[in-house]
Amino acid sequence: MALHEILLQQLFNGLLIGSFYGLVAIGYSMVYGIIKLLNFAHGDIYMIGAFSGLIFLSIASPYIGAGWPSLILGMLITMLLVGLLGVLIQRVAYRPMLKAPRLSILITALAVSMILYNTVMLLSAGRYRAFNVDVSSESFFLGPLRLTETRVVLIVAAFALMFIMHMFITKTMYGKAMRAISLDRDTCQLMGIDVFKIIALTFFVGSALAAAAGIMAGVYYGTIHFFMGFLIGLKAFTAAVIGGIGIIPGAMLGGLLLGLLEAFGTQIPFIGTEWKDVFSFAFLILFLIFKPNGLLGRSESERM
Amino acid sequence: MAETNKKTKLKNPFEGIIDKLFIMFENKIYLYGFFAELVIFLVIFPNTSSRFTQEIMTNLFFYVVVCLGLNIIVGYAGLLHLGYAAFFAVGAYTTGILSSRMGMDFWLTIPFSIVAAVIAGLAIGFPTLRLRGDYLAIVTLGFGEITRLTIRNLDVTGGAIGLIGIQRPEFFGITLNQISHFYYMFFILAIIAIIVSHRLENSRMGRAWEYIREDEDAAAAMGINVVTSRLYAFVIGSSFGAVAGSFFAAKMTAISPDSFMFIHSVMFLMAVVLGGMGKIPGVVLGSILVVLIPEVARGIGPYRLLIFGFLLLIIMLYRPQGIWPEKPTISTDE
Amino acid sequence: MALLEIKDLTLRFGGLCAVNALSLEIEEGSIRSLIGPNGAGKTCVFNCLTGFYKPSDGEMLFQGQSLVNKKPHIITYMGMARTFQNLRLFKGMSVLENVMSGMHCRTSAAFLTTTLRTKGQREEEKHIREVSEECLDFVGIHDKKHFIASNLPYGDQRKVEWARALATQPKMLLLDEPAAGLNKDEKSRLIELMHRIRDEREVTIFLIEHDMGLVMKISEKIFVIDYGVKIAEGTAQEVRDNPKVVEAYLGKEEEEETA
Repeated sequence: MALHEILLQQLFNGLLIGSFYGLVAIGYSMVYGIIKLLNFAHGDIYMIGAFSGLIFLSIASPYIGAGWPSLILGMLITMLLVGLLGVLIQRVAYRPMLKAPRLSILITALAVSMILYNTVMLLSAGRYRAFNVDVSSESFFLGPLRLTETRVVLIVAAFALMFIMHMFITKTMYGKAMRAISLDRDTCQLMGIDVFKIIALTFFVGSALAAAAGIMAGVYYGTIHFFMGFLIGLKAFTAAVIGGIGIIPGAMLGGLLLGLLEAFGTQIPFIGTEWKDVFSFAFLILFLIFKPNGLLGRSESERM
Repeated sequence: MAETNKKTKLKNPFEGIIDKLFIMFENKIYLYGFFAELVIFLVIFPNTSSRFTQEIMTNLFFYVVVCLGLNIIVGYAGLLHLGYAAFFAVGAYTTGILSSRMGMDFWLTIPFSIVAAVIAGLAIGFPTLRLRGDYLAIVTLGFGEITRLTIRNLDVTGGAIGLIGIQRPEFFGITLNQISHFYYMFFILAIIAIIVSHRLENSRMGRAWEYIREDEDAAAAMGINVVTSRLYAFVIGSSFGAVAGSFFAAKMTAISPDSFMFIHSVMFLMAVVLGGMGKIPGVVLGSILVVLIPEVARGIGPYRLLIFGFLLLIIMLYRPQGIWPEKPTISTDE
Repeated sequence: MALLEIKDLTLRFGGLCAVNALSLEIEEGSIRSLIGPNGAGKTCVFNCLTGFYKPSDGEMLFQGQSLVNKKPHIITYMGMARTFQNLRLFKGMSVLENVMSGMHCRTSAAFLTTTLRTKGQREEEKHIREVSEECLDFVGIHDKKHFIASNLPYGDQRKVEWARALATQPKMLLLDEPAAGLNKDEKSRLIELMHRIRDEREVTIFLIEHDMGLVMKISEKIFVIDYGVKIAEGTAQEVRDNPKVVEAYLGKEEEEETA
C-alpha cells in the first residue's frame, strides 16, 4: 500500500475509535463539569452497556434475529436501562457526598467502580464473551479505503449521537441548565433550577452515551470483557483533558484527536501496538504540562 | 441539601472501650508500657509460631510499611493515589535489575530505588499538582498501568516472566534467607515507618499538610506553598513504597509484573481508608484487616473484592473517618 | 517612600471591571481604611494585593518590590498578612495549631531534620510554639489555646484569625471587615487592639469596614471606592463632607428601596 493509502486508512480507523472515546468522554466531562467529580465508575458503565447489549441480543435474537434492527432496538433499550443505572448510582453513592471533602467522593467513585466490575466479573466468570451479531462483514472499497458495512454504520451512528448530544446541550433548556450549574450551583438553586434533577439527568445522559459506546465497541471488536472499561476510562479522561475538562464539544474533539493519535502513533517505526497505551498516556502528561486547560478551555489567569 | 446536614454516623460498638483506652493512655507510662509489651511479644513471636503464621505476620508488617507511605499522600496530604503499586514496582525493579544483572549489593541498591521513585514522583506529580489535586488520582491510575505495561514490554525487566536471581541481603555476615529473618527485617521497617510517620505528623511539614487539607486558600494566605508541600508528600510517600519494594524484591528473589497490578494499589488504599486516613493506628488497623480477613475467611475467595468494594462504599457513606475513632477533643460544651 | 503603593490597579472579569485604575499609597505605621458600598470591589483589591487574583493591569509595590504575579505564600513571606471576610480558620484544628500556621513561612525544617529530630528542629518547634502562644496572649485568648477552633464563639474565632495573621510576623496587615458580627463591646476592644498592633508591633494596618463609626474613629485616612473607581480620599471629616461619597452611599440606598 502506498503511504497516503495507509494514512487514509488510519484516519478512518482513528476517527472510529476516537468516536468511542468521545462518547465516553462526554459523560466524564459533563459529570466533572457539573459536580467536579472524576467519575472512575464511568468506564465500568461503558462495560456494563456492552454486557447489557449482549444479554438483550441473546434474549431477542431467536425472535428478531441479530441484525441491525435488533441491534438498534437493543441499543435504545440498553441506553435507557444503563442511563437509569447511572442515575441510581448517583442517587445512592454520590448525592450524599456532594458536600463532603473531594477525597471522600473520589474514593466513593472508586468503590462504585470496584463493585460494578467485580459483579460483572463474577457473573461472566471472568471470561471473554463473544459479541455475536448477524451483520455483514464483507469489505468493499471506497477509493483506496477498505471499509465494511459495520464500520460505516458504527461511525455514522457515533457521529449522529455526538451531534444529537451537541444539539441537546446547546439548544434545550436542560442543556442550558447543565451549563449553568457547572458555572455556579448555588446560584442556580436560588434561580429556581432543580439542581438535583439536572444532576440526575446529566448522569442519565452520560451513562446512556457510554452504554451506546460499549455496544458499538462490542460490535466492532467482537468480544467483550469485564475489564474493558478500565482502559477506556483512562482514555476518556485523557480525551476530556485534551478538549478541556467540563467542556462537552471539547470532549468529543479530544476523543477524536486521541483516536487519531493512537492510529497514527502506532504507525511510527519502533512504536508498535504494545506501546499504544504508553503512548497515549505520555501524551496526557505532556498535555497537562503544556496546555493544562485543554484545547477549548479558557485560561484561568484571573484566579491564581 | 437536607440530607447532607443529617448526621449519618455509624456507631462503633467499641467506642466506649476505646474512649476509656484513650483516657488511660493519656498517662504516658501506660502507653509506653503497652508499646514495650507489644514489642516484646512481637520479638519472641517467631519462636512460638509456625512458618505459616510468620509468613502472614511478615506480610502484615510489609502492608504496614507500604500503607503508612500511602497514608502520607492520601491521609496527610489528602491526595488520592491510585497507582501506588507502580512506585512499589519502581523500587522492586531497581533493586532487582541492579542486583540480578549487575550483582550490586542489596543495601547499596536502596538509595538508587529511592532516587528512581523521587524522579518518577516528580515527573507525574509536578504537572498534575500544579493544576488540580484530583487530577492526580487518574494520572497515578494511568501511571500504574503504564509502568506495568512497560515492565512487561522491556527486555531489561525480563518481560512478562520477570526477574529471577535477586541476591539475598547480608547483614553482618549473615545471609538473610529464613522467614524469621524477613519477619524481623519487616518488623524493624514497620517500626521505622511508624516513627517517621509520627515525627512527620507532629511537625511543621505535617501541620502544613493538615492546613492545606482544611482550607487551601487560607493555608496559602498563611505563607504555605501549597504545591511544594503536596509535592513533598507525594515524593516522600512514593519513596516509602519504593523502599518497601526493594525489600520485597530481596525477600522474593524473583519478581514479575503480576505483583504490581491495579488491584494491589486498590488493596493498599483500602487498608488506609478502612482503618482511618491520616491516623497511624488507623492505618495499622486497616492493614491488619486487609491482610487477615482473607486468611481468616477463606471461603469468601472470589467474592473478596466485591465485599471490599461494598465495605469501602459503606465506610465512605457512613463513617468517612474510618473505623479507628477520633481522639476526644476539648470543646466549649464541656 | 510609602510602604504600599498601588498604581492604576485594574481587575477585569470577562467584560466586567471590578477594579478600575485604582491608585493609592499607604505610609508605614499608619492605619488606613478602604470603604465603599457593597460590591464596590474592596475585597477584590485585597485579593489582588495578596496574590489570589491576578490584576489585569497596573502595578503594586510593597516595600519597593512588585507584588504582581507573585503567589499568595510569597506575598505573605514578603510581610503582608491578611484576614478573610468570612472566617477561614482551620476548623478541625486547635487554636494553637491554627496560629502556628503563621510561623510556617518563617521556619524551615524539612524531611531529614524532621525524621532525625535534630536539635535544630526541636528548637525550631519550640520557637514556633512560643511565638504562637505569645500571639495568642497578645490578642487575649491564650487560655483557649487547646480548644478546637470551630467550637469557639464567633468573637473568639475572629481573634484566632488575627493571632494567626500576626504570627506570620507581617509588616502590614490587611483586615477584611474585622468588625463584622462583633458586638459593641468587642468592637471597642478591636479598636484598642488595632492601636496596639500598630504601636507595639509596628504593623501598618489597612482595613475594609462597613461600620462607619469604627472607620471614622480609627483611621487617619480613608479611601472610598465605588464600582472599582476611587471617588474620594482624606480624613474622616473630609470624606464625610464629600458630595460624591454621599451620592455613592445614598444612591445605593435608593436602589435598595426600589428593589
